[in-house]
Amino acid sequence: MVTADQVWEALAEIPDPEIPAVSLVDLGVVRSVAVEDDKVRVEFTPTFLGCPAVDVMRDQMVERINELGAEAEIAVAAEGWSSDRITPEGRRKLEESGFAPPAPGAAPTTLLQIQAVSSRCPYCGSNDTRLENLFGPTPCRSIRYCAACRQPFEQFKSL
Amino acid sequence: MNAQELLALADDELILGWRNSEWTGIAPFLEEDVAFSSIAQTEIGHARAWYDLAAKELGANADALAFDRDPDEYRCAPFVELRFVPDWAQTIARHWLYETADTIRIQALMQSEEPVVASLAEKIDREEAYHRMHADMWADRLREEPRFREAVEELWPYALGLLEPEQRDRLCEALGRAAVKAVERGEHTEELRPLWDEMTMVRRSIPGAAW
Repeated sequence: MVTADQVWEALAEIPDPEIPAVSLVDLGVVRSVAVEDDKVRVEFTPTFLGCPAVDVMRDQMVERINELGAEAEIAVAAEGWSSDRITPEGRRKLEESGFAPPAPGAAPTTLLQIQAVSSRCPYCGSNDTRLENLFGPTPCRSIRYCAACRQPFEQFKSL
Repeated sequence: MNAQELLALADDELILGWRNSEWTGIAPFLEEDVAFSSIAQTEIGHARAWYDLAAKELGANADALAFDRDPDEYRCAPFVELRFVPDWAQTIARHWLYETADTIRIQALMQSEEPVVASLAEKIDREEAYHRMHADMWADRLREEPRFREAVEELWPYALGLLEPEQRDRLCEALGRAAVKAVERGEHTEELRPLWDEMTMVRRSIPGAAW
């Protein structure tokens, strides 16, 4: 019979469809795993509601759990995702693959709040960076620019 | 909330998302191309979440509610139907008025006695904060521009019609404007039909197709 630990391990191997350097567990989208006989119930919480990767994530979780010989039920958790749910390991992997991790704490409500926090350039490590665009190629990312190495880079939004 | 109330919210977000997406590729500069495309995507994501709730009550699914109804059955406000491309001043005026009005509506839903509605509204509110920052930045920048001011004046009755009558005072207060007769939800503008034709074209061409 499958154990919850085995399910967590399997889910930790599923890459995020859009940022494959991090797994679904690194991102903190898996909230809980409950095993009863050969049925596994996973509660998960999408990062942004408009995230087109949600269906892919769901299908991949079902597939992995079926491979463990169990039936899968994927439920959306009532409580929404927050960027503080990204694990320390996930933040490290994001930075290594060229994404600045989100500024910790609550989601900002003004541009001044965003501009008050300096974000480290994932390429050269300089803090001389600025917000270039609140929006980026996916709902969860903003675009910043590093004045030191003259390289634009993406940052996970705080949510 | 009953299904009709949920559909009104979902339809507003879907149709506005569609209108925003019309800037993809042709916004005045690249940053706005990305911004409007991303905002469109988020609004349509919110529409889907509200459709999912409505679908549970109606025994349907979100896609069927979004695409298989006749234009007359949509519950969106005339405000979101208006097509402004290529007028940037009108687009920003609506964006700013919509985000301000939508905040009032979403924050009221966060107090809902239905936990599912309240938690979804809370999640949406945090995502919408990014739209508000963007809209406020543009409104600050264009505040003294005659074309922007005219557009705000022209759209104000439409913006009021987005909200329930009892919420309109809060919008007047937020924007420092006097109440006028609102353009109410119920009747559609002539601009909805061509949008609907385009939006549902692929789905109608091969009914039941999945991809």
